[in-house]
Amino acid sequence: MVSTQVGSGISEPDRPVPRRLYTARGFGDRVFRIQLTATGVVVLAIMAAVGLFLLLRAGQALHARGFAFLTTAAWQPDVHNFGISAVLTGTLLIALVAVAISVPLAVGTALFISDVAPRGLRRTLVSMVDLMAAVPSVVYGLWGLFFLQQHVIGLSRWLSDWFGWIPLFAVDGVKPGDPLASDSVYTASTFVAGIVVALMVAPIQCSVMREVFSQAPAGEREGAYALGATRWGMIRSVVLPYGKGGIIGGTMLGLGRALGETIAVYLIISPVFTIQPHILQTGSNSVSSLIALHYGDSSEFGMSALMAAGLALFLLTLAVNFTASSVAARSRSGAQS
Amino acid sequence: MTVVAMEKAEPTSVGGDVPGDSGGSGAPETVQVPETPRRIGGVGRSAVLSLAGAATSALCVTILLFGELAPFSGMLGFTVTAYLVFLAVYAVLTGFEENGQAVRDRVMTVVLWTAATLLFVALTLVVGFTAWRGKQALPHGNFFTQDMQAAGPLDPLTNGGIAHAMIGTLIMIAIALSITVPLGLACAVYLNQIPGRFSRFVRTIVEAMTALPSIVAGLMVYAVWILGLGMQKSGLAAGFAISVMMLPIVIRASDVVLRLVPGTLTEAAEALGAPRWRTVWHVVLPTARSGLATAVILGTARGIGETSPVLLTAGFTAALNADPTAGPMVSLPLAVFNFVKSPQPEMIARGFGAAAVLMTMVLVLFVIARVIGGRGPGHQTRRQARRTARASRRDVTRFDELHTSASASGLSLFEDASTPQPHGTAAAPAPAPASGEND
Repeated sequence: MVSTQVGSGISEPDRPVPRRLYTARGFGDRVFRIQLTATGVVVLAIMAAVGLFLLLRAGQALHARGFAFLTTAAWQPDVHNFGISAVLTGTLLIALVAVAISVPLAVGTALFISDVAPRGLRRTLVSMVDLMAAVPSVVYGLWGLFFLQQHVIGLSRWLSDWFGWIPLFAVDGVKPGDPLASDSVYTASTFVAGIVVALMVAPIQCSVMREVFSQAPAGEREGAYALGATRWGMIRSVVLPYGKGGIIGGTMLGLGRALGETIAVYLIISPVFTIQPHILQTGSNSVSSLIALHYGDSSEFGMSALMAAGLALFLLTLAVNFTASSVAARSRSGAQS
Repeated sequence: MTVVAMEKAEPTSVGGDVPGDSGGSGAPETVQVPETPRRIGGVGRSAVLSLAGAATSALCVTILLFGELAPFSGMLGFTVTAYLVFLAVYAVLTGFEENGQAVRDRVMTVVLWTAATLLFVALTLVVGFTAWRGKQALPHGNFFTQDMQAAGPLDPLTNGGIAHAMIGTLIMIAIALSITVPLGLACAVYLNQIPGRFSRFVRTIVEAMTALPSIVAGLMVYAVWILGLGMQKSGLAAGFAISVMMLPIVIRASDVVLRLVPGTLTEAAEALGAPRWRTVWHVVLPTARSGLATAVILGTARGIGETSPVLLTAGFTAALNADPTAGPMVSLPLAVFNFVKSPQPEMIARGFGAAAVLMTMVLVLFVIARVIGGRGPGHQTRRQARRTARASRRDVTRFDELHTSASASGLSLFEDASTPQPHGTAAAPAPAPASGEND
């Protein structure tokens, strides 16, 4: 076989035929491959089962409500009047507040660790950020409930006094600048929950971003310095463009976590079932805390409705994640983040 | 390319540099004052002075504003105003002796310091607050040895504890680990070792599932195990829910670690004729051992702290239940959650105590992960290096013995024996490949 190929290669020098490579796998290797593929299939099946069983269980409720499931604000499944427009709005608002607060902090801290911090401090800071990312969410919830709540009222009041003309920051029933306004209208709001979730997701975002920033090519950094750039000039012209994918990917990862956060949000907010666009005002809701609130006292149909809400949350986070990974994969820093 | 923005930048004044030296070769060979390298990092005297000046003036301006001129009040407003004034004054002070680029650099450096300080202070506050509030309950020994069965809501802290929650947490995480470790590691090996369209698909799905909301994992197990199969809420169901949540995390982290195993090592193993499974078992997995341990431990730390999957699937009990297959079981985060929902200060103190215990568990796991996985793949501790060296010495002597015995019995292990043997070594080369399969 080989000799004939060599022969033809001599007679027709412009058409070399590559030798076909093949592997003869032994019995052990075949078993090994089959086993590994089987685990892959099992993992895939588990992951698919999450969506599948939610869909299966949610079918009844979705069938009963149809499109109104997305537009109704109330949650009274036993009289077939329920929908996720209020909780979905709440979820999105909490996540947006969280991301708006956490992203500047996370980007700043990641840049600080990768480029500014004294060298001896960097490893400690990296460990600290990673440790913070592992702190249980219930701990953040406790902190928000017992510590942050009282201390944030001043800020909420100030924001609503000065920026109350923006609908987002308006608070019903309080005149701007009224010093006698009750504190209680500012507690248990989307804003407080958002701050807590922001602190929870900031370490996760920060560690993703730092990983990417520290991989910015040393040659380009030195090139920027050699052209006379200051450190900030170098960061702006080398590190930030290189790490754009990491920033977006980290932000989306944090957004995904923020959308799904249950316990911290549940502990802080006081649930309402109307669309509440005023983030500083008491009362808010989220899909996950709705589930945590009602799973115990639901009828079979109510459970189906909760499954439908869970399915909506699941699809939302899945969409966010896919966007994140495709953005990160297309950027220069690649998908390793 | 990306440094176009720097074109406008004037060369920053560099102390000790020779301005006329840009021609390069024309420098005379006389001994000059040795060039001092330009300082890139570090803080100079003028920087310290302008920082201090800016801080002082910011403080004074803010006190003036708050006390005398404007009707401002509040601690937060004071801090924010002082900070903004500080930035402005610092920019002006730096502007006296530097150009615009350098001023921007200085100001942004301060801003980055602020962002990092803010985040770390906030996070320390979160952890410190919980630990501080937890100290009320933690000194009581019974807090670790009793359950809450005999303790009413009004009982003092000397009665009742969280033993049931601690044991529950350990059981649940053990169940979750016994599922996720074999399945997760095998799947990570699959993603790395058997490339193809299907494994790429599995990887995409797993990556998308890393941020699966934990309550959805709980809902899924609730739908399958409790509604579908009609089982009751139990520790086993909670373990399943935690596994569903942990599995993508462990797979993704191990996948990243396995990708870092140097290709030269696996190629060396293949070149020696090892089948793929032996390469994986003897080369890839041992090389990545520390990283894999880290992946599993960090996944465990996440799994231990999750409340919502347990909330849906484990039920709640005040009594100790060590049987995961029957009856409700409680975990630490769930216990915290239930304690702090009560209005009683004792119950809240118990909640903080349990949270502190939970945090300590996570911290211990994390430290273990750092100690094990601080090194990259292939980097060994001194003891591991000694063990490897011993093993290869053993191999050398074993080969020598094999060799001598083989040549004594007239067989050669290798086709051309390096040591010249006086009598018929070329007797039988045929058995050589068969004996090569031995190890």
